[in-house]
Formats: sequence, structure tokens, C-alpha cells
Amino acid sequence: MNSSDMKSVVGKPLNRVDGHAKVTGAARYSAEFPVAKLVHGVTIQSTIASGKIAQIDTRAAERVPGVLLVMTHLNAPKVSGEAGGDRKLPLLQDNQVRYSGQHIGVVVADTFEHAMQAAALVNIRYDEEQPALHLKEHLDQAYVPQGKIPRDQPPDSAHGSVEQGLATAAVKVEQTYTTPIENHNPMEPHATTAVWQGDRLLLYDATQGVFGAKKKVAAVLGMPPENVRIMSYFVGGGFGCKGSTWAHVVLTAMAARQVNRPVKLVLGRMQMFGPVGFRPETMQQVSLGATREGNLTALRHAGTSITSTFDEFIEPVAKTARMIYACPHIETSHRLVRLNVGTPTYMRAPGEASGSFALESAMDELAYALKIDPIELRLRNYAEFDPDKKLPWSSKSLRECYQQGAARFGWQKRNPTPRSMRDGNTLIGWGMATATYPTNRSPASAIAQIKADGTAVVRSGSQDIGTGTYTVMTQIAADALGLPAEQIQFELGDTNLPETPVSGGSQTAASVGSAVHLAGTEARSKLLQLALMDQASPLYGATAEDVIAQNGRFLLKNKAANAETYGAILSRHGLKTIEARADAKPGEEKDKYSMHSFGAQFVEVRVNPDSGEVRVSRWVGAFGVGRLLNAKTANSQLIGGIVYGIGMALMEHTVMDPNRGRVVNADLAEYHVPVNADVPSIDVIFVDEQDPHVNPIGVKGIGEIGITGSAAAIANAVYHATGQRVRDLPLTLDKLL
Amino acid sequence: MRLRFRRRRLGQFAIAGTVGAVLAGFTKQAMGQSTPQTPSKPEVPADPNSYVDVELQINGKEQMLKIEPRVTLLDVLRERLDLTGTKKGCDHGQCGACTVLVNGRRINSCLTFAIMHRGAEITTIEGLAKGNTLHPMQAAFVAHDAFQCGYCTPGQICSAVGLVNEGHAQSDADIRELMSGNICRCGAYPNIVTAVREVLEGKKNAAV
Repeated sequence: MNSSDMKSVVGKPLNRVDGHAKVTGAARYSAEFPVAKLVHGVTIQSTIASGKIAQIDTRAAERVPGVLLVMTHLNAPKVSGEAGGDRKLPLLQDNQVRYSGQHIGVVVADTFEHAMQAAALVNIRYDEEQPALHLKEHLDQAYVPQGKIPRDQPPDSAHGSVEQGLATAAVKVEQTYTTPIENHNPMEPHATTAVWQGDRLLLYDATQGVFGAKKKVAAVLGMPPENVRIMSYFVGGGFGCKGSTWAHVVLTAMAARQVNRPVKLVLGRMQMFGPVGFRPETMQQVSLGATREGNLTALRHAGTSITSTFDEFIEPVAKTARMIYACPHIETSHRLVRLNVGTPTYMRAPGEASGSFALESAMDELAYALKIDPIELRLRNYAEFDPDKKLPWSSKSLRECYQQGAARFGWQKRNPTPRSMRDGNTLIGWGMATATYPTNRSPASAIAQIKADGTAVVRSGSQDIGTGTYTVMTQIAADALGLPAEQIQFELGDTNLPETPVSGGSQTAASVGSAVHLAGTEARSKLLQLALMDQASPLYGATAEDVIAQNGRFLLKNKAANAETYGAILSRHGLKTIEARADAKPGEEKDKYSMHSFGAQFVEVRVNPDSGEVRVSRWVGAFGVGRLLNAKTANSQLIGGIVYGIGMALMEHTVMDPNRGRVVNADLAEYHVPVNADVPSIDVIFVDEQDPHVNPIGVKGIGEIGITGSAAAIANAVYHATGQRVRDLPLTLDKLL
Repeated sequence: MRLRFRRRRLGQFAIAGTVGAVLAGFTKQAMGQSTPQTPSKPEVPADPNSYVDVELQINGKEQMLKIEPRVTLLDVLRERLDLTGTKKGCDHGQCGACTVLVNGRRINSCLTFAIMHRGAEITTIEGLAKGNTLHPMQAAFVAHDAFQCGYCTPGQICSAVGLVNEGHAQSDADIRELMSGNICRCGAYPNIVTAVREVLEGKKNAAV
């Protein structure tokens, strides 16, 4: 008995199973659960970046009708913001202000309007100190991080000697690239609804990781984890900022306990610029050396990024440089500079997105210096195995990505000379870059239950942050159980369900998918065993190998008339359900193989030579990402990653006031993200790729690779169009004039 | 960026209009939301914490409310009537997630006070489908995967229905321009354009 015996649901372009709920408004996000006696919380944020709160006057606020609580460091319950790992949280435990936008108070009132009115009336006097706000001014304080970069790697690496490699190089590129602070800005603001039931706490929270939230909240509040339940059925985008549990989540729970009522607290858009993470500013030095023929002799990628004064986050910009090209001498390093900012965090392809801007821009510069086509340069340095780990790839289709992407884009018609391609007065530029993202996987569990009515319920904690978890897990379960997708209900978003990892690192499909696959397969096999051993069954005496599962029925391969429905088997045994649980985890594959997705980005830009305005007019991205679970949602995710890359390349930039560190563009009118008119049609090619090694379902994860290489591809296209090399993101028009 | 400036100007216009309307005192008759009132000196300073009775017609249903006049239409929908399909993304008219239809026109419900819409026909995402039959725009969004996280989706759909009502969009470029007041951070724009185009072309083959 195996899934290949039946028509696979996996891979089909199924409409999202939660689509109906999302287009009718029925899907409830974390601020939208009707809870009896609910009251509203609003946080007050610091307006200075460093100093102490000298005085805080809450009297006027407390006089506003309906106000139940003004919680500040003077009256907040004692908790430990450093407990439970992950982020260190300022939780009104002292009068210290560590960055602008730090939560320094919470107002709770009967209505949102009263809470807002009262929050505005809290009068605060500070003893202000001189904040550190600028990376460039504090480079002398750069330090080697105490922590590791993802996958438990040290911050520095060295193979060979880059100095030696550069000494033998015929051509060198040595440049500095910079990227600014960027904010995630998911459309759904961070939101938490806290409901105490005795000593138990229920939180509806907008989170990418219900189990991480449960552990963090329990640790900070000093509660047994089993007394905390997190629910999150729909998350309105995360992109990394909802991957950690931030201060407002705990503050909501603290406030709810104080007022003895359920409290809902939603951060305003402006309040999300600081206390919920951001992509940190980076400064990156790339040194490349090559022979005349274009073979790399040296590759150095040294990154410095900012972190907060009280916590550490490393943007691992140089991680990709360790594995992407074959080169005898590769060195990478990561340094940090502490500033009076909130703690940065993962933002869609942390390190890969920002790092690939530098490395893939430098490769383009090298291609021009050598007068070699940029694809050809990359092919000459194609890594046939992982040069860092010295391991074979579990699979790699990058060559096919270059070929198929270039063919679809029409790359061979490109005249490489800058400013050589025009449409009337408009300058046309074509650029490309390599994309890559690691294949991650964490332990995950799932329970599959077949019911007597022929339907099934499959449950696994997890989250759907727009990635299609509900849909693809339904498809995996359908194949594993031998049921049509419509007969399956997949439940997620609740810590009462089996444990799963955070939806980050593009790992949900691989982690949760493997668990769902194993649980479904096991439930079906248990049911089949009942039939095979039951004299009343037409399948009696057959072996599992003789049987096919199809549409909720078992039938003999050679005698289809001998068949029985799942419901009939269960009914005859007096069972309402049969279920199986799977606890899936990664095995030895990660010690045997290096596992990555790869891709190639091709972009056309049109540049107005008078205004410097850059418009992206055409995009082809080709990707090798293992098995596709759903052709439709996969296409959407890759497009989404690329759109995020267009924003990163051309507009996104969080600007701080140089004196007090206030974000001066803290809203969606001034912090520009792509709108519909900024995005052309995007052509995504999935290169056929079978990977038997990565995990039981052969998927590599697709949430983040789309943004990698995007900014470099655009910068390279802009160079081709204009002859101007911009090494400082975003690529706004002032940099082209 | 052009578009962004326009969006902000519209926001300021609406705020100026609503502030004017509030200062002018509250009248029983319906106030047209597109015709700002000329501010006149109030005789008694407005108490933000006074309550007024407001009757609204939402998705064909009469709703009686006792609210402070400063409560936005968005907060009435979400916090008073449990019509949470309409989303709050920025509360400043910059993202479009709160778009609803008032007398068939699309507006940002966060930029307007509920009290200004007495007598108007308000349609939210919950009012578009007929029973279990989706509105063609909803069906097209599902069929073309014109969303991911779904948070901007109700606003996108209401905006797209408003766009069709306006009758100005003749091309994909027009759709892109006229849908640029609705931000989708998941980046579903190409699929949104496909969905809107399909409805515009009157195709009825969208899977429900």
C-alpha cells in the first residue's frame, strides 16, 4: 500500500481551504474574538531613546470616564522580562528608557476611545541622556557577537587565506554595501487578547509561534506552561516580527490580571516601529578576487549590523557567502554595534536578503570588470558541493534555474553595455542575481483521526500566516489518508494541539508536513490492519501491499470488487474513530547533505533619465525548491517574496530622527512599501526537482527564497540601465541624479 | 510614490471634513460624507465623552447605537457590531484594509465618523455574498489566489467592487493604479489584478 497507487492531491493547484472564510470576513484574527466583559488596552511609548523617567503623572488619565488602570513602572506587578530565552523584554520593571518607542505604560479602559484619550493625557518628564543612534559613528565599538548565527554556526569562518587569494587575483572587486533599517509591516497589527480563568491564562495572539509564545509568557509570569494556552487561527502576515513574543503580549496579560477583566491590546501602526523588531541596518564589505578567466580566487564577506543596548540579534549577512560559490579562499565575519534602538529581529530571509544584495552586486561588478556575462561568471564558479561543510547537496538545480530563467527572460538579447538599451528616452536595464535559502526542519507532531462517517480530522499546533498551511496540510493528509481533500478538516493555531515549531525559517511545510504525512499514513495503516485481520472483511487475509486506498475505501489491487469503506470497517468494530499520532524530527540527513533551495532572478527596470525614477517592468524568477505541495499557493509565495524584494530594493527605509531616535516615517504613508502600481506581472518558473533526502515529503520551503537576490538583481539592472552603481539601499531616485 | 501622496491628501481632506462636521454640531439629517461642512463656532464646547443615538443601515440591517460622536465607522463595525471582517491596518487611511462601500462608493471607514453616515447604505465584506453564493469578486479572489494572509482581503474586495461601480478601469494598468490605495504586504498584487480583470470582463467561470 502506498500513496503512488492513487492520484496525488499534493501538488494540485487547490484553492485555499480557508479562502471562503477570508473573502467573506468570517476568518477571525486575534483581535476579533468576542469575549464577554472585554476591555481595551493601549500602550504609552517613550519619546526619548535613552534616559530615565523622572516623573509620570497619571492623574488626568485616570479621570477619563471608563478608565480602569494606568499601569506604569510605579505600579506594575514584578515579572522577569529576561526569563524564558528569546528576546529580553522591558516590562515596566524600572524607570530606564532604552530606546524610543519602548512601552512605558498601559492604559486600560472600557472603550478603545477612552483608552486612547487617557493615554494621551499621561504626562511624562524624562532625565534624558545622549543616545547612540548611528552605526557609522560607533563602528569603533563593533564587537564579536556572543551568540551564534542560525544553525548554530560561529559568527566567523575561514577556509584558506583571502589575502593570499587576493594576491594572486588578476581582477579584484572590493566594495562596501549598506542596507537600512526596514520594518516588517504585516497588514495585521500585533494584537493580543488576554483572558484569565482563575490561574489559567488564555491568549489570542497574533503570533508565528503559538508554542514559543506559551513558553515565553509562562516563564516571564512565573507560571507552569500548562496553565498558558495560546490560540491563533489566522495571522495577518508576520514576515518575522511575529516570530518572537514581544513586551506588549506580556503587558496585556499583566493588565488583564490587574483589572480582573479580559483585555484586548492592539498596537497602532506607528507603535510597530521599534518594540516589535526590524531588519537591522548593515554595513557589508565584500572582497572578490578572480583570474582573467573568471575563476574566483578569494571571497570575503564581512558584515556589521546594529543591535540594541540590552539584547543581541545578529543579521547573518555573510552566511550565504560560505556556501554559494566554489572558491579556495573564503572568509566571513559578523560584528555588532550596540545602539539605543529596540532589538532587531528576523525579517523575511534575515541575512540572505540583506547579504545577497552585497554579494550578488559584487559579483555583477566582477562580471563587468572581467567582461564576462554575469550568468557565465556564476557558472564558472558553480559549487558542486558545499564548500563550507564539504558535503554534497541533497539536490541542486541552480544550473537549470539559470538556463530556464534566462531563456524565458530572453537574456541572450541583452547588450551588456550600460545605457545601451532604450525605449524612446527611457533607459532599460536587465539584471540578474542568484537566490538561495537553506532548507530547515524542526521537530513537529500531528494527530490524524479517521471518523466513522468517512471524514478525517488532522490536528497540529502550527500557524497559517498566509503561507497556506491549512491548505497544504489538508493536501498532505488527503494523500496519506487516502481521502479526498474535501473530507478532511485540518486544525491548527492552538497550543492544546500537538507541538510544532515557529513558522519561520521557511520550515513549516517540511516540519509540520512530515508529521502530518506520518500521522496520516499511520492512521490509515491501523485501520487497514483491522480489516485485514477481520474475517467479515472482503480484504481479509490480504497483505497491506495488495491493497490500495482511494477515496475513503480500501480495495484489492487485483480484484477491485473486494473493497470496503473506512466507515464500514470502523462501524463493524464499533469504533467511532481511529487515530494515530506522529512525532517527526529531522534525522541524520543534515550530517550527510547540505540542503538548500536555489534560484535565479531576472529583472527588467525602466529608468527615467531626467527624474531618476526606477520602475520594475518585468520579472522572471526560476527556482528549484523540491516538491511543490500546491502549485497555486507556491506561486503566490514566490511572487510575494519578490514583491517584498522590490520594496527592499526601491523604497523601504526606516528613518530615525538623529537626536532622539524617533522614527520619523512611522506609518504607511511615509514608510513606503510596494503598492499595486509598483508591481509588474511576475513570471515564476518551478524547475522540476526531486529531493529524496531532505525530509519524508521532499519539500524545501518557499517562504523566503523569493526575496533573496531580488534587491541585487534590481541594483544590477539599474547599473545596466544607467551606468551608476548604487551600493546603498534603498535605491531611491536621489541616488541616481 | 505619486499614489502615496494622493492617498495622504485624501486622508487630510477627509479629516478636515469630519472635524468641521463635528464642530458644527450634530444634526439629525444625514450628512453627505463627500461634502465637508463649513466650520462654525460651537455654542457649547463639545464634550468628547457625551453620547448620541445613531441609527445606521449596514448590510441591509438597521443598527441602533449609543456612541460618542468621535467613534469611527471602522470602530463601530469592529468593536460594537462584531462585524470584524472590516480590518484595521493603520487607522490613518493609508492602507485601505478598512475599505467599505457607502452608497456603492468605496471609502476608508477609519477616516470617517459613524455618525456621518445616518441614512446611508453601508455594505461591508459580510454583506457582499448572497447566502452561500459568493459575490463574483469574492469568487474571483479565491479562484486566482488573490491573497495570502487574508487581512487586507476584505478591503481589497470592497475596493475592487467600488472600482467596478466607478467604471473607469479599462486596462490592467488602470486596475493597478485604481487599486493602489489598498496595500497587500503579502504581495498578491498580480493575482488581484487578474481577479479584478476577470470580474470586469464579466467572466463567470470563477470557482466558488
